[in-house]
Amino acid sequence: MLDQKILGSLKNRWLSLVFLFVGSSLILFTVLVLFNMIFRQLTLDAGGLLSAATDPDVIESIGLTLYSSFLATLIGALLGTPLAFVLARHDFPGKSVLESVVDVPVVIPHSVAGIALYALFMSRSPVGSAFSSIGIIFEDNLWGIVVAMLFVSAPFYVNAAREGFKSVNPRFERVARTLGASQWKSFYKISLPLSVRHLFSGAVMAWARGISEFGAVIIIAYYPMIAPVLIFHEYTTGGLSSSQPIAVLLIIICIGIFVLLRASSKYWEKKG
Amino acid sequence: MISLEKVSHEWDEFALKNVSFSVKKGEHFIILGPTAAGKTLILETIAGFYVPREGQILLNGRNITQVPPEKRKIGFVYQDYSLFPHMTVRENVAFGLKMQKLPKEEVEIKVQDIMNSMGITHLQDRVPSTLSGGEQQRVALARALVIEPEILLLDEPLSALDPRTRESLRDELRRIHEVLGTTTIHVTHDQDEALALADRIGVIMDGQLVQVGTPHAVFNEPVTEQIAAFVGVENFIKGKIISSESGAVVVQTGNYQIQALSSFKEGEVNLFIRPENIILSKAKLKSSARNCVKGKITKISQFGATFRVYMNNGLSALVTRNAIEELKLTVGTVVYASFKATAIHLLKT
Repeated sequence: MLDQKILGSLKNRWLSLVFLFVGSSLILFTVLVLFNMIFRQLTLDAGGLLSAATDPDVIESIGLTLYSSFLATLIGALLGTPLAFVLARHDFPGKSVLESVVDVPVVIPHSVAGIALYALFMSRSPVGSAFSSIGIIFEDNLWGIVVAMLFVSAPFYVNAAREGFKSVNPRFERVARTLGASQWKSFYKISLPLSVRHLFSGAVMAWARGISEFGAVIIIAYYPMIAPVLIFHEYTTGGLSSSQPIAVLLIIICIGIFVLLRASSKYWEKKG
Repeated sequence: MISLEKVSHEWDEFALKNVSFSVKKGEHFIILGPTAAGKTLILETIAGFYVPREGQILLNGRNITQVPPEKRKIGFVYQDYSLFPHMTVRENVAFGLKMQKLPKEEVEIKVQDIMNSMGITHLQDRVPSTLSGGEQQRVALARALVIEPEILLLDEPLSALDPRTRESLRDELRRIHEVLGTTTIHVTHDQDEALALADRIGVIMDGQLVQVGTPHAVFNEPVTEQIAAFVGVENFIKGKIISSESGAVVVQTGNYQIQALSSFKEGEVNLFIRPENIILSKAKLKSSARNCVKGKITKISQFGATFRVYMNNGLSALVTRNAIEELKLTVGTVVYASFKATAIHLLKT
């Protein structure tokens, strides 16, 4: 009886099963790449990992990475939320051009982005010198890292936020208006809380994207070294054995934070 | 009192053309029109989400055409109720009062009062997604009414409900209107709803207000063929007035003559008769006030709880199952269709 059931469902779903089998190899590929490195590190050189984890330079570098990406995400959210709301709610001439501009950083090679950012923000340039006159310097500085991360991560936030606002029925905002809410109140009390999960997951994606940025950052700010730059530096000077422990440490920390954020967003979802 | 004066506005797929009407204080005005885009847009224009390209809107004599929605005190209940999903029932109802920054105690008293009278107090801590359609409708009404709006706008308020809930909510709407007397503008495509609730009806077609009048006038004396068809006047007969005497006219149609009442004295006319005003019998009814037209049944089709009987004389009648069985009506049966002269509405062609 049971066998027949299984057979029947197999027959009904053979295509999905084949697809699943083929698709699994992609998952396997990802897992294999990461697991292999972690496994090798733990079995062959666990001490190296430990010493990386206690090396103040490494810790500072990872901290800097998380912090600067957090700043980039914060700026992206502050500027990107209003933009996303307008894109979600209104149609206007040139809107599709605007939307394409939002996505441009995704398709630009990161080294190119780095060069472009450097050209704009170096202190010899008008923009760079204007900022340096108020004490903000980009070359080999925290703010250089932040603008590079902002450039590459903003599309992720803006797109997620736009989808979030789109998912809110505009009638909610209208009813709120008839009940006496100003435009700002109806945004703040209705649209914003109803899309907060999208905003949050967009921010997490943007933050993750910022952490993983290397190409753009290395051109505008080699120093202070963020973790990807440090790992590259260690690799070019000391090879695999000196770069891998830091890489493994970064992976473990990133995955840990990711799982934590995912779980907290799930918790919110249940509560909401 | 609210009036629209020559309001015109265009949207992508709909346009309002020169729409004027006023609704008196305490009146329940129903805008009736075919199912299509547009009726919601009228309400949204009254609520202030669109500033009409032309014309103006007056509320108690004040021009509010340019006033933003939050300053109009116009309550709005959408067809899908649009309850705020992230708030409880109580928070939904309290929203408008909180926007007015009333003291907490006052908000609580008013909220409890309205929830009480709408019978939703037991739902106050629930979130909208756990409510039935009827319950959501009550909450949406409470939320709109608690701010004591000058005007209440209802967008197809009953069409998303199952028949039984619809009936009880229809009674509820009538009761609320009797108790609070809130001036109400209500759009629907449902004629029963309009008949049951409206003080006056405005028929809207292709963005134009084509007839305004009492339910009786709109349903029995439609001013155009289009309206007649829409309000369910099934029987149109073309004819010509052959005699007229102090309001009583005789109209010659294809094979028979019909007595009717009309101010017209001569000319080509269209006659309209609602199918429910026609009585079928096997023998000829003798009555001077009635027309009695012979015909053969060509088709019988069930229509809800009643049956529609089509005859080869161009008329159709609405009858009960009982009548079908008692008169043994089948296709081919010869019957007499009787209808009063007063049941006929004449329009000039």
